[in-house]
Amino acid sequence: MPRIRTILTLLAIGLVGLTGLALAQDVTLRALFMQQAAYSDDDVRNMTADFEQQHPGVKVDIEFVSYEALHNKIITAAAAGGGGYDVVLFDVIWPAEFAQNDILVDITGRLSQSMIDQVVPGAWTTVMFDGHYYGIPWILDTKYLFYNKDMLQKAGISAPPTTWQELLDQAKTIKDAGIVQYPIVWSWGQAEAIVCDYTTLLSAFGGSFFDAGQPTFNQGGGLEALQYMKQSLDQGLTNPASTESLEEDVRRIFSSGQAAFALNWTYMYNLANDPAESQVAGQVDVVPAPGDGTHSQVSAVNGSMGLGITSGSTHPDEAYQYITYLTSQPVQEKYAKLSLPIWKASYDSAAVAQGQESLIAAAKQSLGAMYPRPLLIQYPQFSTWLQTDIHRALLGQLTPKDALDDTANNVIRDKLD
Amino acid sequence: MTRAAAPRRRRLLAAVLTYVGAVLLAAFLLAPFVWLFISSLAPLADLIQRPLQWIPPHASFDRYRTIFFGADGRDFRFALRNSAEVAGLATSISLVAGMLGAYALSRFPSRGRSGLLYLMLATYMTPPVAILLPLYLILSRVGLLNSVLGLALVYTSFLTPFLTWILKGFFDAIPEELEEAARIDGASRVGSLVRVVLPLSLPGVITAVLFGVILAWDEFLYALIFTSSTAAKTLPVAISEFTSRFAVDYGLMAAGGIVAALPPLILAFALQRYLIAGLTAGSVKG
Amino acid sequence: MLLPALTVVAGVVGYPFLRTLYLGFFKAPLLGKTRTFVGLGNYLQAFERPEFRAAVGHTLAFTVGSIGLELILGVAVALFLDRAFVGRRILRALLILPLALPTVVNAVMWRWIYNPEYGALNALLTQTHLLPDYRSWLGAPGIAMAMIVVADVWKNFTLVALLVLAALQTIPVELHDAARVDGAGGVQRLRYITLPGIRPALLVALVLRTVEALKVFDIIYVMTRGGPASSTKTLSFLVYEEAFSFLQLGSAAAYAFLTVALILVFVAVYIRLLQSRGVAG
Repeated sequence: MPRIRTILTLLAIGLVGLTGLALAQDVTLRALFMQQAAYSDDDVRNMTADFEQQHPGVKVDIEFVSYEALHNKIITAAAAGGGGYDVVLFDVIWPAEFAQNDILVDITGRLSQSMIDQVVPGAWTTVMFDGHYYGIPWILDTKYLFYNKDMLQKAGISAPPTTWQELLDQAKTIKDAGIVQYPIVWSWGQAEAIVCDYTTLLSAFGGSFFDAGQPTFNQGGGLEALQYMKQSLDQGLTNPASTESLEEDVRRIFSSGQAAFALNWTYMYNLANDPAESQVAGQVDVVPAPGDGTHSQVSAVNGSMGLGITSGSTHPDEAYQYITYLTSQPVQEKYAKLSLPIWKASYDSAAVAQGQESLIAAAKQSLGAMYPRPLLIQYPQFSTWLQTDIHRALLGQLTPKDALDDTANNVIRDKLD
Repeated sequence: MTRAAAPRRRRLLAAVLTYVGAVLLAAFLLAPFVWLFISSLAPLADLIQRPLQWIPPHASFDRYRTIFFGADGRDFRFALRNSAEVAGLATSISLVAGMLGAYALSRFPSRGRSGLLYLMLATYMTPPVAILLPLYLILSRVGLLNSVLGLALVYTSFLTPFLTWILKGFFDAIPEELEEAARIDGASRVGSLVRVVLPLSLPGVITAVLFGVILAWDEFLYALIFTSSTAAKTLPVAISEFTSRFAVDYGLMAAGGIVAALPPLILAFALQRYLIAGLTAGSVKG
Repeated sequence: MLLPALTVVAGVVGYPFLRTLYLGFFKAPLLGKTRTFVGLGNYLQAFERPEFRAAVGHTLAFTVGSIGLELILGVAVALFLDRAFVGRRILRALLILPLALPTVVNAVMWRWIYNPEYGALNALLTQTHLLPDYRSWLGAPGIAMAMIVVADVWKNFTLVALLVLAALQTIPVELHDAARVDGAGGVQRLRYITLPGIRPALLVALVLRTVEALKVFDIIYVMTRGGPASSTKTLSFLVYEEAFSFLQLGSAAAYAFLTVALILVFVAVYIRLLQSRGVAG
């Protein structure tokens, strides 16, 4: 009998040992990010290295593609079935499409109410569709109005604009004083970036994209927004190079002292004030994008991005650990120079605000005003129409009204949902 | 003015015009590339100056150091390796298939076979976008997505017809009698191809290799869709990403472009005789 | 012995090609599980779509513009280099530079030259007072396509030049001498001796370049991504967008096949041209 017992014990030990071995076997996650400045490649690599150190047995292979390629990479990987990514970074405009096509895992059940409550309210809309959560917001971002303090001062302007009209007035003063030829620069190249700027203006002028499924952006505030863009271009206040610029071009033009105002994301604040990156370091300040004075005091677009787990992932638990780590408060506060945290408490932290007080002050106002782009399953198609038609209006091929009507008619014709 | 002076003057004028034309042509061919090279050396501050200084006061090879040794050049170095591997692999496979095919077409011409040749050429006319998606799904099913081998296999589809075409032209020029001697000695068809035809058409083979490498090095759309990480991304994809990633350092973008252009340029200049022979192989026969 | 070549081509191109053809008759979302047969619906819809018609127009504009310029410039340079003068060999070698330059590098290079704020083109034109002020080249419709054509012509006209130059060198000098003795002028000799001599080379160049131009994707992708106002969106770019951004496989397949049809029309016309000339000559 004791013999048998010994054998059983040995067997038991062996089994435990085997499972132990299985547990210790490395899990490798594949994660897809974009290579842009809000969290630089190096930041992401460092965060991931820390994560791997704290979670022995989990390895993460990270890949970076340009923003322009991100959507298509996620889609093609999903179309190919298994063996793709476990974790993907996704833009605020994709959850509808991704949820519908079963690309991302619904993680509603994993989130606790207390966690949800600790995050800046608008941030969750980044990852939500139809009441479900498809990820955790990570890059909480909106467009701010950056200005060159020295240029304003030279033109005798004491405070940055508080309405969009005032922006044009100040720009005209600066232009007339010969301080800079084209005072304002935007990212109006034919890309998602122009829709972000348009959305900011649309919200400022009290417009909306859809009402009960019917397009409404071709009237009221939506129309005014485009008319405003066109007017600033026609008056020579907006740099004509804007129509082929993306965010990085805007940063370069502003950082080389060729613009007094620029609309851009959070990351530009510290880079434009970095002497190694900018000729106007120290002259740059930031305020929320203004309102129109009647409908709004400030305006903003939700340009945030979230981290999600793909439906094809074979390691959803480790993937969830990874995204909760990256989005955790300590990690986000440690890397708060190019992207601001999603956590409410961070905005009152002295360590986070240090050296970027005016950015934090602007963020407190802007983040509450973030306006969403329409939540459509076929958003990429909608956005392409809108980009093209906005461009047609800006470049004088169509009137703003006709241009927006064209997009609206396309939406109705194809019954976009 | 004497009568004799007029033709002489006209000849002088013609010579002057010829050299003016030559200088203009050389400038037109060189200027864009030279500017790319200057941009890769000049500090950013000089590049974004107005008025632009064409000869930068300070120049350095720092960006090349970044590309070859720095952290920012990491992805680029992987891409360089991947491009070399894909081009080498794809060209090798296509060369073998193309040599056998070209030999068969050259030595046993028939109506059906020349139809096949046109069929293969027709694949050259197919826009890659027309076969991209099914190809993507196949590659993913056999696990060759985002791999150097998978991309190389795809490249053989357009390299093989092209190389077959070039090699057939060269093989046609070799008289069949030369082979007969070898075959009397008991060599098989493959044997006479390897021992007689290939050595004689070495220029053709070099030309084919040259074209294979240049075409594979150049390809963009397949690489864009079928690769996603440093494991397989090729140079054209890496360069296209440079433009969004380093939009602020135009110089680094320029340096990357120069490095990516060097291998095919060096090959082409070193073997220019063969390049031109290959270009004309198909056309002169009409 | 043909087997390896045929296997490669049929395996990698044949099946996907037929598969795409098949998909063209369905409404097939890239990620959807369901596929609905729509017959020729995707093809009919293509012709109704302003995007598709515009893309055909842009593709033709690019093709006609770049091929036309490449032929004119290529032939002119070939004729120029066919004359004997010192330095001719260097110039001939230089023709290889654009040819061997990777397309993507070429696109990046020209985009940098056209940069609205720091580009060499703006600097050159303003410093020589040909232009009062810096301007945007790739941000203005109409002009953007012309600038892409210039970039493409720079890279590819040398292919035409090299092919034609080789053909010129096969024309016997005696032919020109005899014609001169018979009193033929320069223009006549060009028309009756030179042009017939280079016609086969020109045709090869024309077919090669046209097929490439009708498929154009990479230079557009790098330089403008179809902008401004979608004025540089070509057929290949449209197919790419329809499939990978909008996930509509069926209509993307139909667009792709219409592109193939367009290429076939061009090639058929060229072959017809060659044959009729062959009979007449």
